[in-house]
Parts: sequence; C-alpha cells; structure tokens
Amino acid sequence: MSAFFTKSMARNIFYGGTLFSVLLFLALTLHTTWALPKRDHRENLTEQVVRGKHLWETRNCIGCHTLLGEGAYFAPELGNVYPRRGADFIKVWIKAQPTKVPGRRQMPQFNFTDQQLDDLVAFLKWTSEINTENWPPNIQG
Amino acid sequence: MPLLQYQSQAVAKPYFIAAIGLFVGQILFGLIMGLQYVVGDFLFPAIPFNIARMVHTNLLIVWLLFGFMGAAYYLVPEESETELHSPLLAHLMFWVFLIAGVLTVVGYLSVSYERLTEIGGNNLLATMGREFLEQPTYTKIGIVIVALAFLYNIGMTVLKGRKTAITIILLTGLIGLAFFFLFAFYNPANLVKDKFYWWWVVHLWVEGVWELIMAAILGFVLIKITGVDREVIEKWLYVIITLALITGLVGTGHHYYWIGAPGYWQWWGGVFSALEPLPFFAMTIFCFNMVNRRRRDHPNKAATLWALGTAVMAFLGAGVWGFLHTLAPINYYTHGTQLTAAHGHMAFYGAYVMVVLTIISYAMPRLRGREVNPERAQVLEMWSFWLMTVSMVFITLFLTAAGIVQSWLQRIIPNPQSFMAVQDQLNIFYWLRELAGLVFLVGLIVYLYSFFAQNKPQTVEASEAQPVTG
Repeated sequence: MSAFFTKSMARNIFYGGTLFSVLLFLALTLHTTWALPKRDHRENLTEQVVRGKHLWETRNCIGCHTLLGEGAYFAPELGNVYPRRGADFIKVWIKAQPTKVPGRRQMPQFNFTDQQLDDLVAFLKWTSEINTENWPPNIQG
Repeated sequence: MPLLQYQSQAVAKPYFIAAIGLFVGQILFGLIMGLQYVVGDFLFPAIPFNIARMVHTNLLIVWLLFGFMGAAYYLVPEESETELHSPLLAHLMFWVFLIAGVLTVVGYLSVSYERLTEIGGNNLLATMGREFLEQPTYTKIGIVIVALAFLYNIGMTVLKGRKTAITIILLTGLIGLAFFFLFAFYNPANLVKDKFYWWWVVHLWVEGVWELIMAAILGFVLIKITGVDREVIEKWLYVIITLALITGLVGTGHHYYWIGAPGYWQWWGGVFSALEPLPFFAMTIFCFNMVNRRRRDHPNKAATLWALGTAVMAFLGAGVWGFLHTLAPINYYTHGTQLTAAHGHMAFYGAYVMVVLTIISYAMPRLRGREVNPERAQVLEMWSFWLMTVSMVFITLFLTAAGIVQSWLQRIIPNPQSFMAVQDQLNIFYWLRELAGLVFLVGLIVYLYSFFAQNKPQTVEASEAQPVTG
C-alpha cells in the first residue's frame, strides 16, 4: 500500500464501514422482526409446544440431531420428522430406544411419560409448519 | 533487553498451559466421536455421542478463550508499555475459569444432561440444551464474571498506557466477544427467534469479533518476528478488520436462509458472506508480505511457521470452505450435512487454533526464561505443525467427500434415500477421517513433547547446524 494511504485513513474507514454495517444489519433485523409473525405462525405456539421445546432442550436432542439443518449430523433431521413419520411412529420410536443393534448408532432411553411424548410431538409438529422457504428439499430431510 | 519486558506478562503462562491441556481433551473426545460414526454403539451408554460432542466443542471454545486471554495478558503490557493493572485478579480469574470449565465437563460426563439442567440453574433461566451453549446457566454466569473481570483488567491497562492499534483492535474484539455472549441468555419459546439470536453469539463470534482478536494477535507476533515498521502492520490490520466486519456482520444472513426468516436473507446473506474470504485473503497476503519484508531473521522459526500457516489455513478453512456452500442455491442442498462439519473443522483449526498456537509458540519460550526453544525442540514443533495441519486437511477432504455424497443421495437424486441409509454408504469416508484424526493425535503428542525436548549433546553435525540457544 502506497504512502498516501495512511494508517489514520485506514482507521477511519474501519470506523465508518463498521458503523454502516452495524446499522444495515440492525435495519434488516428490525424488518425481519416485523415480518416474522406471518412466517413462524406464533399464534399456534401453545403451552404444549413450549413444554415440548423445553424437553427438546433438556434432553440435548441437538447433540445428535439437526433441527432445520442446525445441530449435530449424527442422526436424522427432525424439522420435518412430523410429516415424514407421523405422531404415532415418533412416539413408538422414542419408547423403543435404544435399539441395541450391535454396531448401530444408539439413542438413549429418556423414560418420557405419555404427556411428555405428546408435548414433544406438538413441538415437532409446530416446527414442521414454520415457513422455511421449502427447506429441506424433500421429505428425507 | 529482558525476555519479559514487564513482569506481569508472566500471568499468561498458566493460561497457555491450561489451553494446551484442554486441547488434548478436545482431541481425545473428537476421536471417540469419530469412531462412534462408524461403530455406532462404541462407549454407549457410558458416553453417548451427544455427550462426547458437547465435551469436544465446549473444550474447544474454552481452550481458545484461555488462549485469547493468555495472549491478551502477554501482549497488552508490552504494547501498552506498562505493567498489567492487576496480576492478582488475572491469577484469581484463571482459577475461577479453570475450575468452572473442569466442573462443567465433569458434569457432562457424570450425570445425565437432564439432571445437569436441574442442578445447573436451567430452572431459574432456561439457557441450556442449545448447540454450543449447552453449559449450565451457572457456568454461563461464571463466564460473564470472568469476562468482565478480564476486560476490566485489560481495559485499565490499555487506558493507563500507550494506545496502539493492536491494543485498540484487541480490546474492541474482546468487548464484542463479551457483549455477544449475553445473547446466550436469551432463549425465547419461539424457535425461530431462538435460532435467529443464537447466531448472534455463534456467528458474530467466529465470523465477527474473533477475527479482530485474531488480527491483533497475528499483528503483534509479526511485528516481533519480522521487525517490520509498526505503521505498516497496523495499517494492514485496519484494512483486514474492516473487510471482516463489513462482510461478516450482514454475512450472518447466510444462516437465515432456512430457519423461518424472510427469503431476502438469501440475497443479503449470500452476497455479503460470499465476500467473507476477502479479509482472510488479505491476511494471507499481509503475513507473507511482512515475512518477505522482514528486517531480521528471528531465531524462533517455529513461531514464523505457525504465523504463516495460520494465514493460509484460515483462508482455506474459513474462506474457501465457507464459500463452497454459502450461496443459497447450493446451501439448499448442503445445509446441515457433513460439508458443514468439514468447513467447521478446517475453519476453527486454521483460524483460531493456529493463531493461539502461534502466540504460544512465540511467547512460551520467553515465559519459560529463554528467547527461543532449542533447535531440536523447534524442529519437533515444526513436525507437529505439519502432522496436525496436513491431517486436518485430510479430515476436511474426507468430510467434504462425505458431504457431497450425502447431499447427492439424500437430497438431489430422483428417489432420495433416508438419512441412515445414506450414512451407511459413507462409512469409508468416516473411517478415513478417523485415521486422519489419529495422525492428528500423533502430531499433538509430538507438539507436547517439543516443550520438553533438549538439544542432543554436541556432535560435529549439530555444531555445523549452529543451534540457536537464545
């Protein structure tokens, strides 16, 4: 870099550029905040769904699964498991764990009550109905 | 000139030692997980995959934070030309942070996660059970206390001494780090909002403020080992961090494509994050430029190698591998596949692991009372550099191959296959990845050994090689 481009010019560009970027990002965030209610169907966020999310978190499901593509890549995507498998299959599957098939990836047994299983399914159903711009590409997740 | 210009720089030493110790733990758990990918029931139910993953990722974050703090304690007194405000506070916070970190890992391994949420304060404030933010709420509060005490200590030191671009940039990065961590305490019931602000911790750390910390550390080491004029180096640093924040802030949008946020993020996130390789490219040009224009040949060759390696690997891992899947039409098919894991591994290693190992390589000999390590120790350290770096390249390549095949079989072909059916077909890549991981472990063992290696008794050959012994 030649001599006419000084350190103080570089510093001023840093402050100006950063301020501009912060403001742009905040403006987009603000607009997203306005736009979200139409996309996240929060009107369906029942107590049951909230309890389901709490179960999702306190059992650290994200440590193996992805949810809307985020999480660990060890076990299937669950953002669309509700349309893929349906409520009954999900509940039976969770109850049947671990499969103990030798060499196969294992999921712990969480000893959920029937109500907890319903809560979890409600959360997964609500999640599957978020407007995700048609992601994932197909039902396999 | 004494090895340590300021006595209080010595507080960095325990931070660096703790960082390396936790690094070893991180790698061991990485190997466990790597094996669980192919031998699914390995160590089940004693250490289920999710537990191993928490330990692996949380140890990484904590040891990098130890490294950043050690780096700050080492370089800020020297830059500010004054003693650290309170060495006692730095020592105290070291133990608080170490005990909190170790207790958290012990908690992960000894009780069920559900139980940990009960004893970890999750009922007071539900912050747990989200990726990378699995720590008990009490641990998170501890992190905030340590961060504030650390910022106070560093901030007071900067304020009372000489202000350089390096300390200003470092302090800005550290304040940003502490500020954005506060979003870890925001966990709304609405999953979309939860995910949206979760990225304010995760993305704005690693693709935002951490890049400032990284630039400051690299700038400091390059001034020391090349002797290039400070004005030149600091000018470069401002250019690099300007590029980092302009691309990285709005670039957060590349995480907002498919989580319920509006579709326009595909454009905002795509365009800005496609430019995120620029700061890393500038960093590479900068490092090689400075080393080429060096005014002296610093005897610490290992530190120079780490500095150059950081620049190259950060560009590849964070820049190129990020770019591979950052555009929305590609990310639609690759989101949440092994390609993400490939990028994560090389980006974290190339940018943050290597920059911490760079400052350790430069500072640790001085903290141990010598300008540089004996020749043989440096040779071993450089061997460990190549073993770890090359094996990380292979880990990344194998995971990339796995990710491409996974996207193809599960998401692109006309009759897409189920997740587990696809995973079974990726075993060869996972085995090769584990093998590369074992080579990484060998590199790490060589690295550890290099700290204790002495020169062999003088022989004719050795004296011809003219070992540098400070």
